[in-house]
Amino acid sequence: MLDTMNVNYDTSIPNNVGLSEDRRILKALERWHPGYLDWWQDMGPEGFQESLVYLRTAVAVDPKGWAKFDYVRMPEYRWGILLAPQEEGRVVPFGEHYGEPAWQEVPGEYRAMLRRLLVIQGDTEPASVEQQRHLGTTAPSLYDMRNLFQVNVEEGRHLWAMVYLLQKYFGSDGREEANGLLQRRSGDADKPRMLGAFNEATPDWLSFFMFTFFTDRDGKMQLEALAQSGFDPLSRTCRFMLTEEAHHMFVGETGVGRTIQRTCEAMNDADITDPTDVEKVRALGVIDMPTLQKKVNLHYTLSLDLFGSEVSTNAANAFNSGLKGRFHETRIDDDHRLLDATYPVLKLVDGKVETVDEPALSALNMRLRDDYANDAGKGVERWNKIIAKTGVDFRIELPHPAFHRHIGEFAGANATPDGEIISEAEWLERRDEWLPSDGDADFIDSLMKPVWEPGQFAGWIAPPKVGIDNHPGDFEYVKIEV
Amino acid sequence: MRIDFQTDPARYRHWRIETDGNLANLIMDVDEKGGLFEGYDLKLNSYDLGVDIELYDAIQRLRFEHPGVKVVVLRSGKERVFCAGANIRMLAGAAHAHKVNFCKFTNETRNAMEDASANSGQKYLCAVTGSCAGGGYELALATDHIILTDDGSSSVSLPEVPLLAVLPGTGGLTRVTDKRKVRRDRADVFCSTEEGVRGGKAVEWRLVDDVVTNSRFEEMVAQRTGELAAASDRPAGENGITLGPLARDFTDNGVTYSAVEVEIDRQSRTATITLAGPQEAAPGSVAEMIAKGDQFWPLRVARELDDAILNIRLNELEVAVIQFKTAGDGAAVIAHDEFLEANAGHWLAREILLNWTRVLKRVDLTSRSLVALIEPGSCFAGTLAEIAFACDRSYMALGAFEGDNRPEATLVLSAANFGRHPMSNGLSRLQTRFLGEPESVMAANTHIGEPLMADTAEALGLVTAAYDDIDWEDEVRIFLEERASFSPDAMTGMEANLRFAGPETMETKVFGRLTAWQNWIFQRPNAVGPDGALGRYGTGRKADFNMDRV
Ligand SMILES: [Fe+2]
Ligand SMILES: [Fe+2]
Repeated sequence: MLDTMNVNYDTSIPNNVGLSEDRRILKALERWHPGYLDWWQDMGPEGFQESLVYLRTAVAVDPKGWAKFDYVRMPEYRWGILLAPQEEGRVVPFGEHYGEPAWQEVPGEYRAMLRRLLVIQGDTEPASVEQQRHLGTTAPSLYDMRNLFQVNVEEGRHLWAMVYLLQKYFGSDGREEANGLLQRRSGDADKPRMLGAFNEATPDWLSFFMFTFFTDRDGKMQLEALAQSGFDPLSRTCRFMLTEEAHHMFVGETGVGRTIQRTCEAMNDADITDPTDVEKVRALGVIDMPTLQKKVNLHYTLSLDLFGSEVSTNAANAFNSGLKGRFHETRIDDDHRLLDATYPVLKLVDGKVETVDEPALSALNMRLRDDYANDAGKGVERWNKIIAKTGVDFRIELPHPAFHRHIGEFAGANATPDGEIISEAEWLERRDEWLPSDGDADFIDSLMKPVWEPGQFAGWIAPPKVGIDNHPGDFEYVKIEV
Repeated sequence: MRIDFQTDPARYRHWRIETDGNLANLIMDVDEKGGLFEGYDLKLNSYDLGVDIELYDAIQRLRFEHPGVKVVVLRSGKERVFCAGANIRMLAGAAHAHKVNFCKFTNETRNAMEDASANSGQKYLCAVTGSCAGGGYELALATDHIILTDDGSSSVSLPEVPLLAVLPGTGGLTRVTDKRKVRRDRADVFCSTEEGVRGGKAVEWRLVDDVVTNSRFEEMVAQRTGELAAASDRPAGENGITLGPLARDFTDNGVTYSAVEVEIDRQSRTATITLAGPQEAAPGSVAEMIAKGDQFWPLRVARELDDAILNIRLNELEVAVIQFKTAGDGAAVIAHDEFLEANAGHWLAREILLNWTRVLKRVDLTSRSLVALIEPGSCFAGTLAEIAFACDRSYMALGAFEGDNRPEATLVLSAANFGRHPMSNGLSRLQTRFLGEPESVMAANTHIGEPLMADTAEALGLVTAAYDDIDWEDEVRIFLEERASFSPDAMTGMEANLRFAGPETMETKVFGRLTAWQNWIFQRPNAVGPDGALGRYGTGRKADFNMDRV
């Protein structure tokens, strides 16, 4: 356990922000740090705090420094504060300040807006750790368990990153918000996390993989948009966070991919050609394709909700002020101001799904969501390739954005995964065809038996092609201490 | 399109009343697509005049139809949002006159909530879940007790200044300082912080009364409603009366109600409102009054007058002058006044008297030139005489008019004129009228019940002038023509200044500052110009301010 009274912040907290010379931030961190460690003990991975986990720690931002692997007890993990290197002469890349030098301090008039963006982003980081805290006990292998913990400690580091910005640039309000980030709890009726999807349970490993594929990808898109920010410290922070986020998406994509792989192999071994013969497939102890599709339907749509209303004043303000840009803003060939441009928005008009041109500034959430759908769709196609290779006749599809939505244009509408608007009665009758039912959840749950032997994997998931840090298949990724 | 102020719960699109013993939940659940005009959606429980008309109706019904309801709990029917305040796109698109009249009406409605609590034992509690911003918080401010959920995100705020470059238009600033007595520097921080205040700080700053977690929220609501109910004197076991639809007939140039007639002369820009005195004797008992229900003359005529005034305010913008006339038997009016006075402790009589107080205040606050014409055959007595005292001027016919066999004009005073119906400044209309000569109030008091002829009324200072039939027609015509020729803006400002002599109260401050500051700001390019904050709201573009301080 760290002695938080006598932390040598320069050695115990990897950083490239000159922490030990910054008295203000040191003082703030000294107050916040004990609360963070308490939070990690209370809400971090349950039952494995004493185990040695083979984790990657970022100690510097250069390619050599950000992936140091070693065994570590998670509460002793060295959460660092690392910003991507400062770019010489960087300018605000969009909005009304387009072309002006990027801000190294927060412009007063944007302080509140910027703080809100940071708090919303920051709130998601600890939330997923909380959502995933019970999963260790049912890990399908030590390899997967280690990946889970890697994601968890990095989400913890992302929290640090946001807290650093809040404490460094936002005065006493920022410190208050930093404490608030430790007080809210995923799924808690009294102190819920701020966004819906981060209050949903992550009850099993398939949900975890789907979450990291779909919901962490929302995080990636938000970070991409914030990485464009004219507020340079935010931009630099997010750019570095994105390198870690890529790993989370790798965990999700390969997790689902290996599940698919195993199902298809098992079906072939048993000569089952009809992927919709759920009973037969399930009897093999693997997760059938229709259930995988339903999980995709659920997690994709919950993640679409995270983009907020398609047409949004807040998004317009954040862009125009130069605080939050578009995906790959600097690669887009336009005026980067959007004062006169329009963007097509999918809307529900008189009960029909229609495309309506809206002012591009107000339609930025829609645009980011489109970029997200595109990005997620590529991953889904890689899954379909796995299926195709095994010869099984099935395709996983992303549902229509009108399907199963709680925020935005389609909130409250009843739509099929194809985007056809239906009656409430039909929706209720057919819901279980499209979304996981209690029975589906029970079945998945029945497969969640821990496998803790090095090199061994649960029967519903295939081993990975390569190990972490190029270790062989039987490497002991977690030395479990019970 | 004529804006109609008549509605009933079966037609509500935005509110629900759910009664439960001595408690009522008044639930705001605004239908996004139910805006009064085109061009905006009422998102996030934001409101326009249509939403507020239903609220006004609900508040009236809670008093008359639910005598047993001691506490009204204001709630949101939506998740994560209590109320986002007045709809900004509606405000940005509305004509200035509509905005002002909208604000005035919403203020009157919030005052009606406070009146219910202060005078009729019907307390209001606001149960805030989700964000409560701008007009949403002003709604909360009008209640007796505010409970805010402590979920880490629910907050109260007045974001008008930072977000829209205007002021809260429904008494927000005044109630923060004068009702909740928030320290001025904290109020300054609060009113310039878009996201507002949540959690313990909201209690510490006295912006709300309780902050409590979601799981204990209903328990706290129950506890506080219990405490408020215990302090209420509303009766148990009484049945309310039903406020039925008004009998109305609209024509191109007026409206005919059962006891009120509105005629509009578009040429002279004058509206004449004639009120008919009671045709029947005053009831002999409260049971008889209850049996008459909404047809009981004092209640019926007040409701009709209220509707007539609101109709002129919102739908007849060009009317410069409202002239009030009455017709009937003054003694019958006085008999009704005396009946209500004698039974003022009865819940229904109390509600009828208090309703008259509110309607008369509505007359005071109507920004048209008001004149009472006290003619032969009229019945300006007691409560109806109070209308004359609400007017900017009153002219009384002196003696008999040739060829007119109606009785000579008289003015009769009753208890209704001596403090029963205070103005917003807390004084009676006669006290305000005679601010510099309190002895004149005493003098008038000695004539209670006497039919006063024009010369006496003039001598007592109760009318502006008395004219005989030779002068009457010309004097009245010249007054009306002159009045209609003045700048309507100057008239509005002058009348509002002259009507409310005497002390400031929270109400006069709210209305005074609304007409002065808010309306000024609402006209300025920084708010409504092409590059102003209201016009640019939602576009993502920042307002371009003229930085000169005025
Ligand atoms: Fe993250
Ligand atoms: Fe992540």
